[in-house]
Amino acid sequence: MTTNPLLLAALIGVVITVTMASRGSTPWGRSFSLYLWLALFIVVLRLAFRVLFGAGGPTVLLDLPEVPLPDWVQGIRLLGPVSLESLLTGLYGGLQLAAIVVSVGAANSLANPRKLLASLPGAFYELGTVIIVAVSALPQLGESLQRVLRARKLRRRHAARRRRDRLRAVETIVVPVLTDALERSLALAASMDVRGFGRAAGQSRSARVSLLLGMLAMGLIGAWAFRFMARSEDVAVLGVPIVSTLLLVAGLGAAVLALRASGASVHRTQYRPIRWTADESIVLACGAGAAGIVGWLAAGDARVLDPTTVPLVWPALTPLLLVAVALAALPALVAPAPTPSRTAP
Amino acid sequence: MIRFDAISFRYAGDATLRLSDVSFSIDEGELCLVVGPTGSGKSTLLGCLNNLVPRFTGGVRAGRILIDGRDTTLLPPRELATTVGYVGQDPLAGFVTDTVEDEIAYSMEQLGFAPAEMRRRVEETLDLLGIADLRERPLRTLSGGQQQRVAIASVLATSPRVLALDEPTSALDPIAAEEVLAIVSRLVRDLGTTVVIAEHRMERVIEFADSVLLVGDDVRHGDTRTMLAGARVRPPLVELGSKLGWSPLPLTIREGRRAASEQRRAWMERRPALPTAPPPGPPALTGHRVTVAYDDHVAVDGVDLTLHRGEVTALMGRNGCGKSSLMWALHGAGPRRSGTVTVHDGAAVSLVPQTPTDLLYLTSVAAECAAADDAAGVEDGTTAELLQRLVPGIELAAHPRDLSEGQKLAVVLAVELVGNPGVVLLDEPTRGLDYAAKAVLSEIIADMAAEGRSVLIATHDVEMVAQTCHRVVVMAEGELVSDGPTRDVLAGSALLATQVAKVANPIPLLTVEEFLDAR
Repeated sequence: MTTNPLLLAALIGVVITVTMASRGSTPWGRSFSLYLWLALFIVVLRLAFRVLFGAGGPTVLLDLPEVPLPDWVQGIRLLGPVSLESLLTGLYGGLQLAAIVVSVGAANSLANPRKLLASLPGAFYELGTVIIVAVSALPQLGESLQRVLRARKLRRRHAARRRRDRLRAVETIVVPVLTDALERSLALAASMDVRGFGRAAGQSRSARVSLLLGMLAMGLIGAWAFRFMARSEDVAVLGVPIVSTLLLVAGLGAAVLALRASGASVHRTQYRPIRWTADESIVLACGAGAAGIVGWLAAGDARVLDPTTVPLVWPALTPLLLVAVALAALPALVAPAPTPSRTAP
Repeated sequence: MIRFDAISFRYAGDATLRLSDVSFSIDEGELCLVVGPTGSGKSTLLGCLNNLVPRFTGGVRAGRILIDGRDTTLLPPRELATTVGYVGQDPLAGFVTDTVEDEIAYSMEQLGFAPAEMRRRVEETLDLLGIADLRERPLRTLSGGQQQRVAIASVLATSPRVLALDEPTSALDPIAAEEVLAIVSRLVRDLGTTVVIAEHRMERVIEFADSVLLVGDDVRHGDTRTMLAGARVRPPLVELGSKLGWSPLPLTIREGRRAASEQRRAWMERRPALPTAPPPGPPALTGHRVTVAYDDHVAVDGVDLTLHRGEVTALMGRNGCGKSSLMWALHGAGPRRSGTVTVHDGAAVSLVPQTPTDLLYLTSVAAECAAADDAAGVEDGTTAELLQRLVPGIELAAHPRDLSEGQKLAVVLAVELVGNPGVVLLDEPTRGLDYAAKAVLSEIIADMAAEGRSVLIATHDVEMVAQTCHRVVVMAEGELVSDGPTRDVLAGSALLATQVAKVANPIPLLTVEEFLDAR
């Protein structure tokens, strides 16, 4: 949305502050630094590319000799003069990407994937279970791989010379690891069954209702999509196309009802669900407010958000943008602190 | 409470019956110990309680099962979730969620308990099993005993009337096992839960048990003392009692000590001659200030250890005290931060890891043997011959994964021994072995020592150590805390003493044979 480096840097700073303030000491919480390194790497890479495949500009900083290339790679320049403008363009673009990466990382390190999946509507429960099981299987796979690799050192001391030996080496690792994984998944399935998984599911009547509603939703949304693609004539009232809008609303409504119906057939409860409180609303309002201000600015004076590099203009932070940044930083102060672990780890 | 009515079971495509015409009934509030050699069908029988057998394992089952007056023969396991709580051997493999609290709540979530009720029950269960301080801990970071307690808690939360435990302590050190079994006996006493428990080391459970279910060629159920009098495998104390004709047969150390009080007094006046360990041979392997450290902790802290030829040494200590790390460091395949390991006279060192199947990856025992011959550069068929000598009767065409635990261990041992190692390191070889398999293992180890090899065994099994080992080394927190002849170390310790040692204390006798000889 913006390439204003000051705004981007401020936003990255805000995201880091908020994340540091409210992340927990969970494994996914600790992954945040990884994203920070990735962001830094992106910025450096963008700058390096600008130097390597230099683009012209009036202010030359460094006059590197150009590497002569054959004719058939026309359009690509290797080295050559490095201009301030091209470097800045690289920096702005890099910062933009870095901001996105840092934001994704923040979301990833703040949310517990399991809690998130548990909050899904009942209809998605099975899907959620599959994902949870897959997520927890991964570290186990890593563990058994480590164990098998270690155990391998005990046998076959002679080095793999021929190709067949090398293939054999792969086999000696893959076979035990996969057998292990298979045995584990069977044990897990048995354990889930023993503890009542799937007992409440599938009461035929509501299952049928949800199927019908689902099909209805697909039909309605399909019809709307067709009209949209074909740009069909429509009756407009107050500038709103009536038929298309009705189709869309009815389709979405039917889809929601279908999810409700299939969710209602599942008698499952959730232990200590996350409650939506005033804190959550404030945090959401802060985010929405900041986005709103930037969006409103983009609709008006776009020069603040996208400062030009040719001719070179020093990017500015208007008071309104500062308000947006401050608003975005607010959750660091008002958001509830991560639930302190009641027991020492 | 539980009634089996002419239950027979066989796997599909296999004509041999795993269970044949089994009938018995267990009363409410009874703790029933299931005893029998490996592969006799103990796990199958426990699985029948909540229909995991045959719903999950496949196979054909005939007969009827009634639990709590209800015919459960045809119900799927999930319908029995509130009736039968089932805990398997490896708690970690059965965990569905990632924290203690969620794991306990999981079953109730599935059954649609009201949130308030669920909350109350989670709290109660946490207190009942004494794991309230672990509530938010990730399951993977718990110790083995804690994991097993959480697993029991997770099935208890829905208050089932019957609890089926399939070897709950097989992977635990003695202290952790005590913890788990104490909880189980408390459940029987305080809640009146009917518990059916399979356990190899029955000396741990026998004092709590009301009845014994003997699984062998046929299945018999009856009062603990009567069943034990006729059983082939028995705990050392019961063995001693029946050899000496003590009546009633002692089941607890207290009863044993009372029965032996006269004998002890006689010994106090005239101390019996005790067999002495043979003098150790020349050193085979010397570790000097061996230190193993991982990122966050020191596993082995400057250990000095010398293994001698022809000597069997036991390495004991809590789970996670650094036994495995030390073994791997001595072998050379594991990491070692500092210190030296010297192998004398160019002897080869071989190590059998905790999960021996990690070393087996071919599709048949014969192929594994041939690969071992090839790797060791010996004549074809040497390994197979060795294997037959170790444990006769292993099908060479069988898949290694289909063998029993004892047989798997034998295959790995054969594969390792064919390289003629001078030092053999065994990491918890007794895990999952029954009395018969352990007796065979003891013989193999004694033979190895007689051939002049040096053997180091990490184990929790004090009875096995008393039978086989000349010397005991105890580790704690990465350091050696005691090192000496088996008799001195075991008899002088409160936790590591064998049953016979506890009965004979202060006379340092360790095994039934020693007790009988000393009279």
